[in-house]
Amino acid sequence: MVNPQHKAIRSVEMKKIVKHFPGVLAVDEVDFDVQAGEVHALLGENGAGKSTLMKILYGLYSANAGETLINGHPVSIKSPRTAIELGIGMIHQHFMLVPSLTVAENVAMGLRSSRGLLLDIDIVSERVRKLSEIYNLNVDPAVPIWHLSVGEQQRVEILRALYKEASLLILDEPTAVLTPQEVDDLFKILRRMKEDGHSLIFISHKLKEVLAISDRITVLRDGRKVDTIPAETATRASLAQMMVGREVVLRYEYEPVEIEESRLALTGVHANSDRGYAGLIDINLTVHSGEIVGVAGVSGNGQQELAQVIAGLRPTSQGNIYLDGKKIDSCSANQRSLMGLSYIPEERMIEGVIKDFTVAENVVLHGFDQFPFAWKGFFLNLGAIKKTTRQHIIDYEIKTPSTETPVKSLSGGNIQKLVLARELSREPHVLIAAQPTRGVDIGATEYIHRRLLQARKVGVAILLISEDLDEILALSDRIVVIYEGKIVGEVSREEANINEIGLMMAGASQPE
Amino acid sequence: MLDEIFRTTVLASAIRLATPYIFASMGETFSQRSGVLNLGVEGIMLLGAFASYYTVLETGSLVLGLLAAIGTGLLMGLVTAFVSVTLKAEQGISGIGIYLFGLGLSEMLFKRLVGTPTHVKGFPKVDIPVLTDLPVLGEVLFNHNIMIYLAFLTVPLSACILNRTTLGLQIRAVGQTPEAADAMGISVARVRYFTVTLGGVMSSLAGASLSIALVNFFQGNLTAGQGFIAVALVYFGAWRPYWVMAGAMLFSTVNALQLQIKTIESALSFDIPDEFAVMAPYVVTILTLIIASQRVEQPTALTKPFERGE
Repeated sequence: MVNPQHKAIRSVEMKKIVKHFPGVLAVDEVDFDVQAGEVHALLGENGAGKSTLMKILYGLYSANAGETLINGHPVSIKSPRTAIELGIGMIHQHFMLVPSLTVAENVAMGLRSSRGLLLDIDIVSERVRKLSEIYNLNVDPAVPIWHLSVGEQQRVEILRALYKEASLLILDEPTAVLTPQEVDDLFKILRRMKEDGHSLIFISHKLKEVLAISDRITVLRDGRKVDTIPAETATRASLAQMMVGREVVLRYEYEPVEIEESRLALTGVHANSDRGYAGLIDINLTVHSGEIVGVAGVSGNGQQELAQVIAGLRPTSQGNIYLDGKKIDSCSANQRSLMGLSYIPEERMIEGVIKDFTVAENVVLHGFDQFPFAWKGFFLNLGAIKKTTRQHIIDYEIKTPSTETPVKSLSGGNIQKLVLARELSREPHVLIAAQPTRGVDIGATEYIHRRLLQARKVGVAILLISEDLDEILALSDRIVVIYEGKIVGEVSREEANINEIGLMMAGASQPE
Repeated sequence: MLDEIFRTTVLASAIRLATPYIFASMGETFSQRSGVLNLGVEGIMLLGAFASYYTVLETGSLVLGLLAAIGTGLLMGLVTAFVSVTLKAEQGISGIGIYLFGLGLSEMLFKRLVGTPTHVKGFPKVDIPVLTDLPVLGEVLFNHNIMIYLAFLTVPLSACILNRTTLGLQIRAVGQTPEAADAMGISVARVRYFTVTLGGVMSSLAGASLSIALVNFFQGNLTAGQGFIAVALVYFGAWRPYWVMAGAMLFSTVNALQLQIKTIESALSFDIPDEFAVMAPYVVTILTLIIASQRVEQPTALTKPFERGE
């Protein structure tokens, strides 16, 4: 319940907020307000300024200009501590929890103890238990964080905000890591909080969810406010257009393609995860030429291991992998790529590009020692490298000042287009696309999707690994669901049902 | 005969030898738990050793000597914190800088102000009624000076602060996930300044325990690497005070055995090559390192300066 005395926030107004970062105007004279008992969504592409605006409200950044009013009075929020004292809570995209500490310890940290210097974990635990009951959060205070699933960790974050009697809660992309059912549960909790008089700010770029939960929607684009509209007057198409600034295709034409021979096959593959335990268990999977197979699942259920095993970056402990009918278990990653395997890695900034290298250097990460990029396998042919890079920049609409710009100064969408250009221009037989549009804006996402469908049309076998169920449903011919390293179900495009897939993602077995 | 040498001479001397390790490594435990690796312990120990030694030499007051050590530690701790927290310097390198500074300054001051090694009157043994008179135990455990008791007292104190206080929770949070601590309104810089400064004071006391409580004199490089061993002991003990103490005791026991090797040999009428005796502490060090590989409490943010936002 909202503490009626000192923390009740009836309204928060941010007026003409400006925030510069070196070389970028991240937020440009944005007005934003939220009232008690409403969910106000902040919608925009990555880099539109949503998170920056909210980090200003939470005291993590300071604004260069503009003012913030709470209940009509100007306030100066210089640090999260001030924000917390004013009754503002924030749930970050990357959870702010200490994995080795228990739930109760994570709640207690940063709080005054009722016993002065000594910790009062037992009292904290008791209140945590009570709050957990009231809001149906189902959280055990004595368990260390690293034991919990992502959804549970998020509930700990919410609980912590409730514990601190936050009356305004900022949620930064809270659904990014959840299964559809967990999203439903989250929305139930949020509605309950709303009824209790909390104000909620919901940051997202997912149109469907924004429409489902919000009362009002503010759209930001390139640091500027486009508009604030009541949710009932908005549609997915209108919101997408406001976000991107042009019309966006949300549904793709699906043309059946003749499925030909098997390109990639895994039989009985087992592999260990980084922590040593079983990461993949008995994986049997075939991808045919001209087919997109989607791998659905909640993050951390073996997707990364699966991609790495196929790409040759992680050894299998059992089973075989075939590329075009040839066994490739003992081939190195380089050999596999020469045999026609392309890989768009999940960790784009770590495995996909070398972020301090230039655009051109990243284009030739594969094949830099081969014709036409190298002469006698030793001297780089800088002319050819530049020429190819320029072509990619044009073909794939990569926005970069030059071929010699370091990749790290490009946006996520443009980096991903660069990786896509490099991998597709090699005319692969098989493409592993792991989270190809994570952190990528709608415009670039649409572009990448079209490119993938185009590759499918020319006969590439594509394994699409994604946590975005909508993406999987939009592109895949077949969908397999991965849970705890096992494939727990498979459905065709026609039979795909979002609820059923969601349940399988949470570990339920496939209904017969 | 052998039994007696062991319990009275070896164990009692092991406890004495462990004293500087315990002071320094408890301080370093705090610092590392909060995410700061202070490699300059050795240098601060030398400065603390000299400051207390010189004060006692000039004034004859042990209390003033101790205060001099605390003051020196406070100052050096703040310098270390400024370099590693505020300036965000590479902690391994800046630590070596602090060490070389302490080594050079203490030796220079000693040559300028004192010149030749002169003994001072250090802390006397404290008899504890009843306990000191116990057979064996009294001789081994309760026949020491106040600095030694103080050192061992810091162990339960450190464990209690780390595990049972709000401060300890903040220290652990800051060392594991500073972003989370920051978001919860904990000042990462303030917590780290506190632990690093505390580490400085403890290091300085470790030095003082040598120069005015154990050997009672000063010379250039008096500590001879003990500060570095103390840093390593924190890793051995996997950042847990009692384990760190156990590591310090193990190390000092082997050291004490080595010092008593001639007596033991003659008692056994058995000849152990000297080389083995000298090697022993290091062999034990390496073995412990291999065995004590439990890393549950490892502060994941160790050596990483904290910067808000990317």
